[in-house]
Amino acid sequence: MNCTKCPTSMRAVISLPRHNAAFCKGCFTTFVHEQVARAIKSFKMFTPEDRILVAVSGGKDSLALWHILLALGYRADALYVNLGIGGYSEESHRKVRHYADTVAAAHGAKLIVHVVEQEAGAGIRELATILHRPTCSTCGTIKRYQFNRAAVEQDYDVMATGHNLDDEAARLLGNVLHWQDEYLDKQSPTLPASVEGFAKKVKPLCRLSEREIAAYAVVNRIDYIVEECPMAKGSKMILYKEVLNRLETESPGTKQRFYWGFLEKQTKPEPATESMAEKDQRTLHPCQSCGQPTTADTCSYCKMMAKAKTATPR
Amino acid sequence: MLVHLSHPHRQVEIKGPKRTKELLRELNLVIEAHLVIRGDELVTEDEMLADADQIEIRPVISGGSV
Repeated sequence: MNCTKCPTSMRAVISLPRHNAAFCKGCFTTFVHEQVARAIKSFKMFTPEDRILVAVSGGKDSLALWHILLALGYRADALYVNLGIGGYSEESHRKVRHYADTVAAAHGAKLIVHVVEQEAGAGIRELATILHRPTCSTCGTIKRYQFNRAAVEQDYDVMATGHNLDDEAARLLGNVLHWQDEYLDKQSPTLPASVEGFAKKVKPLCRLSEREIAAYAVVNRIDYIVEECPMAKGSKMILYKEVLNRLETESPGTKQRFYWGFLEKQTKPEPATESMAEKDQRTLHPCQSCGQPTTADTCSYCKMMAKAKTATPR
Repeated sequence: MLVHLSHPHRQVEIKGPKRTKELLRELNLVIEAHLVIRGDELVTEDEMLADADQIEIRPVISGGSV
C-alpha cells in the first residue's frame, strides 16, 4: 500500500479507512498536526501567546499531545501526577522524565511533578480502599484536582489533556446508555474557566483516534508506557471502546459520526418543539386510493401493490 | 515468525508468509485496536510478513477514568 498524499507515493505506514487514505511517515505526521491545529482553531482552545499546562501520564496520548504542541510552537509545560501504583507508576514516571529531559527541555519546556503519597500519605490504591471508592474514580478525582490546582496557582492560561476521539465516543456512549444527560455538557472539547478557581480545559486530540495517536507515537519514536494501568482492568470504558471498535471495523467513521454529530447538535439551537400528533396533523392526509393516512398522494402500500400487479415475474 | 503480544506479555510462533490482516484475524484481534510493528517500523494491513520477521502487535486501547 502506498501513500495516497505524497507525489512520490512512498510506502504507507498506516491506512485510515475513515478518511479513505493511507499515509507514509511524513504525510501521517503532517496529517496529525493538521487535525490538532484544526481542533485548536475550531474550538477556540488557545493562542500561541498562551501558557499551556499539559496533563501527562507517561501514556501515548499525553506524551504525543505534549510532543505535537511543542512541534507546533506552543508554550507547553507539563504536570505529572505520581499515583503510587507500585512498578507501574515508577515506569510511567521514568518515561515522562526521559521525554522531558531528552525532548521537551530543548524547547524550553519544563516538567512539574506531584507525588500523591507525599501529600496524602498513601497511594491511590490504599486511598480507594480506605474510602471504599472504586480506584479509577479516586484516581480521576485526585488528578482533576491536582491539575486544576497547578494550572490556577502557577498562572497557566489553559490546561490540556490527551483525551482522544475514542475516549470521548466511549464516554458519550456510557452517558447515553445510562441517560446521564447532566454530564453531556462537559463533553465539549473546550470547557471554559466558568468560575474563579477553575482553569480552562481543552482536549486538542479530540479529532484523532486512539490508534492514530499510538501510530504517531511509534512513527515519531516517542517512548511511552505500553503496559495498561493495572487498576483499569475490566473497566467499563474499555468495554465501551471494544464495542465501538467492532462497529468501526465494520463501518469506518462510526466513532467520528457519533461524537462529532453530538458536538454539532450541541452547537445548534433547539428547534421549536412540535408534538408528534401536531406534526402528523400537519403532514398527513388520506391516501387517494385507500384512505389510510400518508404524506404522499398515494400511500406506499398502494404503490407497492399496484407495482406488484403490473410487474412481470422473473 | 515470532510475534510479541501485550496484555499480558507473551510470544507466539506463527507460520509465514502471511499478510498483516490475516495474522490479526488468526489471533482474533481487531485492527482498529492494534498496531502491527515489524522491527521498529509500522506496517499496513496488506503488508506481507515473512517467517524471519520479528513482529510486535501493540494494543492501543487504554481505559480507566476519563
